[in-house]
Amino acid sequence: MALPSSLLAEPEPFDDLPPEDHSAPPAVTLRPVPTLVEAARHASPTTLAVERMLPVLPALAGLVPDGLRRGSSLGVSGPGARSLAMALMAGATSAGSWAAVVGDPDLGLVAAGEVGVALERLALVSPPEPSAWGDVVGTLVGSLDLVVVAPHHRVGAETVRRLMARVRERGSVLIRIGDGPWPDRFDLTLTVVDGSWEGHGSGHGRLRLRRAEVVATGRRAAARERRVVMMLPSPDGSPTAPELLGGG
Amino acid sequence: MTEPVRTLVVCCLDWPLTALGVAPSDPAMVLASGRVAAASVTARSAGVVVGQRRRGAQARCPEAVVLERDEVIEARRFEAVVVALSNITPWVEVQHPGTCAFAVRGPVRLFGGEEALVGSTAATVQRALDDTLGTGTHPGCRIGVADGPFAAGLASRSAMGEMVVVPSGGTPAFLAPLPVSVLERPDLADVLVRLGLTTLGALAALPVQDVVARFGSEGMAAQLLASGLDSRQLHMVAQQPDMAVGMDMDPPVDRIEQVAFAARSLAGSLHDGLARQGLACTCVVVEAETGHGERLARRWRDEGAIGAGAMADRVRWQLEGWLHGPPSVRPTSGLVRLDLTPEEVVHAGSHQVGFWGGVTAADERAGRALSRVAVMLGPGSVGVPEWRGGRDPAGQFTLVPFPEGPVDGSAGGAIGPVSPPSDDPPWPGVLPSPAPAAVHPEPVVVEVVDADGHPVVVDGRGVVSAEPARVCQGGGAGGGVISWAGPWPVDERWWDPLRRSHRVSLQVVSDDGLARLLVLERGSWRIAATYD
Repeated sequence: MALPSSLLAEPEPFDDLPPEDHSAPPAVTLRPVPTLVEAARHASPTTLAVERMLPVLPALAGLVPDGLRRGSSLGVSGPGARSLAMALMAGATSAGSWAAVVGDPDLGLVAAGEVGVALERLALVSPPEPSAWGDVVGTLVGSLDLVVVAPHHRVGAETVRRLMARVRERGSVLIRIGDGPWPDRFDLTLTVVDGSWEGHGSGHGRLRLRRAEVVATGRRAAARERRVVMMLPSPDGSPTAPELLGGG
Repeated sequence: MTEPVRTLVVCCLDWPLTALGVAPSDPAMVLASGRVAAASVTARSAGVVVGQRRRGAQARCPEAVVLERDEVIEARRFEAVVVALSNITPWVEVQHPGTCAFAVRGPVRLFGGEEALVGSTAATVQRALDDTLGTGTHPGCRIGVADGPFAAGLASRSAMGEMVVVPSGGTPAFLAPLPVSVLERPDLADVLVRLGLTTLGALAALPVQDVVARFGSEGMAAQLLASGLDSRQLHMVAQQPDMAVGMDMDPPVDRIEQVAFAARSLAGSLHDGLARQGLACTCVVVEAETGHGERLARRWRDEGAIGAGAMADRVRWQLEGWLHGPPSVRPTSGLVRLDLTPEEVVHAGSHQVGFWGGVTAADERAGRALSRVAVMLGPGSVGVPEWRGGRDPAGQFTLVPFPEGPVDGSAGGAIGPVSPPSDDPPWPGVLPSPAPAAVHPEPVVVEVVDADGHPVVVDGRGVVSAEPARVCQGGGAGGGVISWAGPWPVDERWWDPLRRSHRVSLQVVSDDGLARLLVLERGSWRIAATYD
C-alpha cells in the first residue's frame, strides 16, 4: 500500500510553495499608470515579490546600477567582504524581503543594523553538515529572497547546479561570501581589492571609516568592469559616497 | 442582516498559567516570545501587566516563577473542559485554549432558562477542572452571555463574580462604556483615541458612511462590533462543499509528528483553495477518524482568519488532546482519515495584509522555510536577532531560536526588539560606530608584543607599556601593526566577584589591511572582532 502522497512529498525540500508562485510577472501592457504603481509600492511591500530586481542602497548604485537581478548569483570576496554583503542585503530587507545567512556565526549584528539591514527580516542559520548543505540552502532559496552563504567545505558542482536552477526558478538571489573555489561562475563578482582605514594613529583617535575599492565583474549585461571607491563603512556605519573611477 | 446569535462564552481565567498547574495564589507569569502572556493574581497586584517585557516584569515582581508558554499543554488540558461541555451541547466552538463558546438557543430550552443553563455550565466546567487539575489549584471560570460572541466574550472577561448575563437587547448598552482597546485592533484603537473616540459607544454613534470613508471595511467591522452587531454573519458567504479537504492515511498513522506533517500540507491546500477564490476561513472543523472507527470532530474559530500554519497547529493540539485525554475517550488505533471543513468563510479582503502592515505573504513563506530548516538541522540552529544591550559587541544582540514566535502562521520575525528601544538608557563606554562586521563568538587568543618582542601590557591607569608592534597568533611571527588606537578600559559589574569583567580594548590595523578589535582580559589578549 502506498503512503499518502503528501506524506511522501514532505521531506523533499523543494515543494513547499503553492503552485501559483510560478506565475510569470504581469506583462508590461497590463501595468497600471505610474502613480498607481507608486501608491501600491507605498501601501504594500509585497508587490516587490513580482518585480525582477531587488533594490539596493543608493551607495551601491555604482556597482549594481539597477539592483540585484532576481535569479542570479553573486560572489563577494576580499577584505571587507562581510561589510559588502551586509550592504547588499540592506536595500532588499528594508523593502520587505527576507534574508538568511547560512554558516557565518561571526556576522556582526550591530554592524548589520548600522549598515541598514532590517534585522527583523534576517535569520541566521548555523553551519549545516556538508551533506545537508545543499538541501538547507535549497529550501531557503525557494522561499526567501536573499540567501547569503559562507560554506566552509568544498561545494560539489552538482549541488551548485541544482541550487542555481532553483534560484532561477524562484527568483531569489544567492550571495556567497569568501575566496574559496566555487564550481560555477557567478553572475556578478564583487571583490574588495583595496581598503584603508582612517581616523586613528599611534595610540590616538579611533577607526572612523574605511575607503575601499570594489571591483565588479560579471556576465552578460554586467560584463563591463566597474570600479568604485566607497566608504565601507562611513563613520555612522552605513556605506556611502561612491565615486565612479573608471570602466567607462 | 441577520440578528446576532445569543451566545454563551466560557472563559477559564489565566489559562496559560492554570494549564501549567500554577495555583492562583502563587506569584508566577508565563512568557511567550519574551513578553508576559499571563500573570497570576499575585503577580498582577505587584504591577505585572500582560504584554510587558520579561525584564520589566521581573523588576516589578522578582519572586515570581517564570514559565514558558506551552500551547500544546494548554490545548490538551482544555480538551477535558470541551468534552465535559459536550454533555450540554454538541456545538461547542473552541476560540483558543482557555475560551470556548456555544449558541444559547438550543440548550436553553433543555435547561429551562438562561440562569439554569449558566448555572449548570459553570458546575460542569468546575467539575471538569477539578478532575483534571485538582480542587483548589485553579481560579475557576467566568461565563458571559450576550447577543453575539464578541459581546459575550467581553461579558465573560468583565465578570467580577462567576457570570454576567447581558439581557437580550441590552448588548449595545453593555458595550457602550467599554474602551475601544477591547476591539483588539491596536492600530485602529490608537487612531480612534486620538480622534477623541474613546468608548465603543462613541464609535457606534458615528454615521456608518463616515466610518467607511475613513477606515474602510476594517472600520466598518469594528463599528458593527461596537454596535452589538456581529460582522461575521454579515460577511458570511454560502459555503461550498468542495472546499473541504480530506486525506486517507494508509497505513494508519499513530505518531503525532506524522499527523502534524500531513495536517500541515492538508491545511496548506485548503488555505490555497480558499485563497484562489478570494476567501479566508474563520471557523474550521477538524475531524479525525481512527482505524477502529472512533471519530473526534472539533470546531476551531479565530476572528482574524485562520492561516495555514495556525490551522495545522490546531489539528496538532486537538490530536494531542485526544491522544493524552482520559482513557475512556482515547483512540485505540492509528488515524486513517483527517478532514478539514471550512465552516465559515469570509471574503479575504479584510483579512489579507493589514491596512497598517502586518504579516505579508513573504513573511509567511519565509517562516515556513525557516521552520523547515530548523526541523532539518535540529532545535536552535536557526536564530533571529534580538537586542539585549551592553558594551561588548558580542553581547549586544542575542539569537533567539527560530520557531519561538507566535504560532499563528506568521513568520515569527517580530519576536523581540531588534533595535535599541528609544527609551533604553545609553551604555556609556560602548564602542562608537562603525561596529565590527565580524564578531567572534569564540575569540582567538593572540600575543601582542612591542618592537623588542616584549609583551604589551596595560597598567591600572589604562596606559600601554609600549607601542604594539606585532600581533602573533599561536606562536607564529604574526602580522605587523601599522597603526592602533586605544586603549579603552571597561570595568563592568565590579560589585559582583563572579561576573565582574575588567577589560581593555584596542583597535589595531595590521599590515594585511584588516582592522581588529583586541581585548586584554585577565592578562591575555584576544581578537574579539574583525572589521571585515
